[in-house]
Amino acid sequence: MRARTRNRRILLGKSAATGERSPSGLRPFPIFWKRRAAIGSKALQSYNFTPIKIRIPWTKAYTRISHLSDSVTPSFTVPAQIQASFHQTRTPRLIGSSQSSSSQGEVRSNTPPRPITAMAPTVPSVAKSASPSQPSGKSEVADLKQQLRQLAGSRAPDADDQRRDVFKRVISCMTAGIDVSAAFGEMVLCSATSDVVTKKMCYLYVGAHARAHPDLALLTINFLQRDCRDQDPTIRGLALRSLCSLRVPNLVEYLVTPLATGLKDPSAYVRMIAAVGAAKLYHISATACIDADLPASLKALMLSDPDAQVVANCLHALQEIWTLEAANSEAAAREIETLYSKPVVFYLLNKIKEFSEWAQCHVLELASKFLPSDNNEIFDIMNLLEDRLQHANGAVYERIKAPLLTLVGAGSPEQSYSVLCHLHLLVMRAPMLFSSDYKSFYCQFSDPSYVKKLKLEMLTAIANESNTYEIVTELCEYAGNVDVPIARESIRAVGKIALQQYDVNAIVDRLLQFLEMDKDYVTAETLVLVKDLLRKYPQWSHDCIAVVGNISSKNIQEPKGKAALIWMLGEYSQDMHDAPYVLESLVENWDEEHSPEVRLHLLTAVMKCFFKRPPETQKALGATLAAGLSDTHQDVHDRALFYYRLLQYDPAVAERVVNPPKQAVSVFADTQSSEMKDRIFDEFNSLSVVYQKPSYMFTDKEHRGPFEYSEDLTNLAVGAEAPENVISAQRYQENDNDLLLSTSDKEDNGTRASNGSSTSTYNAPSDLIGLSSQTPAETSLINTGGPTYSSQSNFSLDDLLGLGVTEAPAPPPPPALTLNSKPVLDPGTFQRKWGQLALALTQECSLSPQGAASLMNPQSLIRHMQSNHIQCIASGGQPPNYKFFFYAQKDGATAFFLVECIVNTASAKAQLKIKADDGTAAEAFSTLFQSALSKFGLS
Amino acid sequence: MISQFFVLSQRGDHIVFRDYRGEVPKGSAEIFFRKVKFWNDDEAEEAPPVFNVDGVNYIHVKVAGLFFVVTTMVNVSPSLLLELLQRIARVTKDYLGVLSEDSLRKNFILVYELLDEVIDFGYPQTTSTEVLKSYIFNEPIMVDAGRLPPLGPAAMFMQGTKRMPGTAVTKSVVANEPGGKKREEIFVDIIERISVTFSSSGYILTSEIDGTIQMKSYLTGNPEIRLALNEDLSIGRTGSSSYYRSSSGGGAVILDDCNFHESVHLDSFDIDRTLTLIPPDGEFAVMNYRMTQEFKPPFRVTALIEEAGPSRAEVLLKIRADFSANVTANTITVQMPVPSYTMRASFELEAGAVGQTTDFKEGSRRLEWNLKKIVGGSEHTLRAKLTFSQESHGNLTKEAGPVNMNFTIPMYNASKLQVRYLQIAKKSKTYNPYRWVRYVTQANSYVARL
Repeated sequence: MRARTRNRRILLGKSAATGERSPSGLRPFPIFWKRRAAIGSKALQSYNFTPIKIRIPWTKAYTRISHLSDSVTPSFTVPAQIQASFHQTRTPRLIGSSQSSSSQGEVRSNTPPRPITAMAPTVPSVAKSASPSQPSGKSEVADLKQQLRQLAGSRAPDADDQRRDVFKRVISCMTAGIDVSAAFGEMVLCSATSDVVTKKMCYLYVGAHARAHPDLALLTINFLQRDCRDQDPTIRGLALRSLCSLRVPNLVEYLVTPLATGLKDPSAYVRMIAAVGAAKLYHISATACIDADLPASLKALMLSDPDAQVVANCLHALQEIWTLEAANSEAAAREIETLYSKPVVFYLLNKIKEFSEWAQCHVLELASKFLPSDNNEIFDIMNLLEDRLQHANGAVYERIKAPLLTLVGAGSPEQSYSVLCHLHLLVMRAPMLFSSDYKSFYCQFSDPSYVKKLKLEMLTAIANESNTYEIVTELCEYAGNVDVPIARESIRAVGKIALQQYDVNAIVDRLLQFLEMDKDYVTAETLVLVKDLLRKYPQWSHDCIAVVGNISSKNIQEPKGKAALIWMLGEYSQDMHDAPYVLESLVENWDEEHSPEVRLHLLTAVMKCFFKRPPETQKALGATLAAGLSDTHQDVHDRALFYYRLLQYDPAVAERVVNPPKQAVSVFADTQSSEMKDRIFDEFNSLSVVYQKPSYMFTDKEHRGPFEYSEDLTNLAVGAEAPENVISAQRYQENDNDLLLSTSDKEDNGTRASNGSSTSTYNAPSDLIGLSSQTPAETSLINTGGPTYSSQSNFSLDDLLGLGVTEAPAPPPPPALTLNSKPVLDPGTFQRKWGQLALALTQECSLSPQGAASLMNPQSLIRHMQSNHIQCIASGGQPPNYKFFFYAQKDGATAFFLVECIVNTASAKAQLKIKADDGTAAEAFSTLFQSALSKFGLS
Repeated sequence: MISQFFVLSQRGDHIVFRDYRGEVPKGSAEIFFRKVKFWNDDEAEEAPPVFNVDGVNYIHVKVAGLFFVVTTMVNVSPSLLLELLQRIARVTKDYLGVLSEDSLRKNFILVYELLDEVIDFGYPQTTSTEVLKSYIFNEPIMVDAGRLPPLGPAAMFMQGTKRMPGTAVTKSVVANEPGGKKREEIFVDIIERISVTFSSSGYILTSEIDGTIQMKSYLTGNPEIRLALNEDLSIGRTGSSSYYRSSSGGGAVILDDCNFHESVHLDSFDIDRTLTLIPPDGEFAVMNYRMTQEFKPPFRVTALIEEAGPSRAEVLLKIRADFSANVTANTITVQMPVPSYTMRASFELEAGAVGQTTDFKEGSRRLEWNLKKIVGGSEHTLRAKLTFSQESHGNLTKEAGPVNMNFTIPMYNASKLQVRYLQIAKKSKTYNPYRWVRYVTQANSYVARL
């Protein structure tokens, strides 16, 4: 009988199987049945159903409940055998997963019933009384509690075995996410055992629950402390570890003594645990740890202990304690410095062979932070480390190309991914070094897509004169790949290489071949690339246009591709014979075009086409503007309205706006600043490299905000027409030159160049559009104001466009605060700043009566303020009330001043609200502003 | 600093869950699982092994269909943690014999024991199977390896070679054999994964071998072992110019690079290419190597697709086994993506074909050809007729392919790297443990373009 139970226990794993000692002597089924019921009803509760009392024949009830529990598991397809095997070892894990499913809201109504037969042979026989009428989630725990209580005092010969089994069940419930903390007391009662396995489970349990039950945790102190003095060093160590893992502040006093003793224990195992324990204590109570002078003992131990793992753990603990402590103690900061000092680093490096691989990694990291003072030290370190490079642990070394490439092949896909991420960083820094290894970065059939993507990026980066042909040929193979995302990436990669200016001729041919492949995603991606290429190499327009002209816009579904095609139709309408007609047919389907991006491009393209081939496009233009004006999308509507007004005002100006002479774009904006790349490089061998973000962007939430904003800014600066994904060729060129050195000194040139080109070509229209949507009131004023004001409005518009109407030189402002004469601030940034900054000043001031009288429309004031270097970003209102938003910038500084100014011409009063990046200068600026305002109408 | 470690099943169930620092908010395992399952719905991409959700870094590897995951709040070395996860998986396998959901579920207490010692307060301590032995008190509950689906490199030995007792590699380092006596034996596996890409005209575009010498020792008393490799083995290519030049004349084995396990002493390696080591318990890689030197690929693959009238095409696949007749490759799969508008495919196997099956996978639009075995020197062909739902436009070769091949060839290695002898320091005259040296070549990425 005994043997049989044991067998079954083995077979069932964690299922309840405490044998045949059931006092109630029920059939074996009910307890199992009950446990199933418990699952079902708990699941029901999580759905806020009323728990049902199920009193139906058990066979039926079983099916039903199993079905209910199905409904709360996420519906992932799972191979049948796993489902089956899962049923065999079923634990009440459903509660845990029900949380996830409720948010997905998936209910598997159409799932076929599970193979119930799979469970029949494995139904466990069980001890405790079980009534089918208690299908409560707590019954499992209650049942365990009761068993534990019975076992607590049991002296039966097999009590240990039983305890082991019940503990196992408790731990299995815990793993599944069931709250078993109710059994805390009972677990502690049962803890008096000499069985190490049971003890360990008990420690595990106590460690997980003590925090939530500090009062009960006190109960455990006794037996843990006793165990800390056990004969067996293993028990001493385990007990000490659990004692330190309780994480209950009230119990700190019981911790210090065992820890201090532990650090002096004859067994290295105990010392090693005590060392980490000190760090744990620090986290529970820093003062207790410092007061007991544990760091000093740790340091002594670190420098003297014969056991390498003890040394390593001391190092871990010290680093953690002192780093945290450094914030409020100078002594700790000094201690950190000593950790990175030569004696310590060399002491550790000399011992490095004794350490476990993991400790080796840590020591190496420490060494990498140590700054050698002279070459001899560097050589010493390199000698010490040389043989470590042959180590098979991928984490130990990260430095050298050939070993890195071996690592890519040797490990699991996950490890190669991590190594590839680091290679990626190196490749981006020094593409030349890798240009002969390009074949190593060819995608393999078995690579997961995340690896393929990285490889494609690296191939793009290392392409140079010598290997471009091979690389592009390889990439073209991927373009026909069945794996669509990778095919897309490959096409983009080809385009990027083309933008890097190597052997453009052949690549353009390849790209044009893509267009002939007649796969919609290939065509779409290619069109986007051809567009970018044309912007950089207008000389290719003839070849490209010939091919692009043959593409039917009907075959392109993807907005980006369609937008690119439309852009080309507009831009090269003089060369494309049927451009107006194609555009016209596109306009006819305006309503079916769902993407605002496409509609915006269509508007602009028709405008461009109109100025190039007016008679053929006139009809389409009318239709487009009409459609645009009635469009529900704000941007589309605004742009249509803007074009309409512009045309109405003066077609010549409109042409200058829509079809300015274009320069080829030499550099596309970089997606990542080189400062950021440097930071990532500084954080080599960390997650930063994998995420391609410096650590502060993902480790600390507070830091995320500003950076998202700055990304917005770069997008804005590039303008609406610049595609998002273009990558800078500059980046690679720069890197070619200085290899692994910092690139930040070159940053300035790069930014200036890219800013310059984008402002001169594309920024103006996009700013304008931005403005027009910001200040609808103003634009409407232009129109409704009538002929009298047209010249004025013309001026202001020109000013806004930066088209260069020079004002009379302003009187020199007071020396206290000089303003930048040409500050640049786009509406989006203004709006954001306005939202972010606190109010620095509120003031009321008066205008001169003449000024108030002459303020017939906002423009006059805007011009006046402009002459005082105060720019208007938005204005509006009707007499007698006007509202303005002004901004100005301190000369030679980046700080902006923002003003909301409400003018009442009847009372000649103005209300000012001033916000400033630099609050201290707000007062001075206010004076300046008021003096400027008061002079309005006087000159 | 690791915050948590957990193992999830394919369905997202917790099999093991250990929180070391109590700093990650609750529900991390659920967040992780949801993220991985629905990484990128539209493009069916796999989640990368490292990602960040709300400031928590999740790092995972997939082993035997299970997710081994650690979470951390700080900026750690991803390589280190990925390596650690692999090691945890390997140590667990050493102790349980087989790594599977089933074995983990049955032995979860033992796994907790391991985890207690492997990581303390988030700091990796040791992953040495041997060191851990003294802290593990649970006895592993063995699962029947035979019932399990084959997983990992150990599995491939069960199918082909009859010389190997199938369960030998799946025994635990701590469990006692039924007879009570442990068999003294040591396994050395030379496993090579080869990647070859053929151009449409049959030239080899790229070829690479990623090899590893795995050892699993069940020897008591840890005797010293000498492992001798080819005498003409050389490491490091001489100048990048000879990268892809054929050096078949000398027949020397030239590795691009290799690395060794830390227990390996290389004192005499430079002289006579022998490795001296005292093998630790459990499975470990003695040496990893990479070779880009040209080698003779075991299979020649030829694939053709031709138009055969409107909305029809014919496919011809041919495989020639370029190795000696006493070697047999097994579990060969050839896959070929066909144009997306393919409706039907009919197959024509060669006359007298045995153990071959064909299939047209409609969902992924690919032809699949499975061969149970291929004897060296033989040649096999498959013809398929495709019916399209529309007329094909022009270039069929751009719409189909490349052909991908998977296989395992026991007792064959493409690099010619060999273990000349395996010497075990003798304790007594009667001491004569079993020594198993096996070679296996697997396809990693074996692709022929159209």
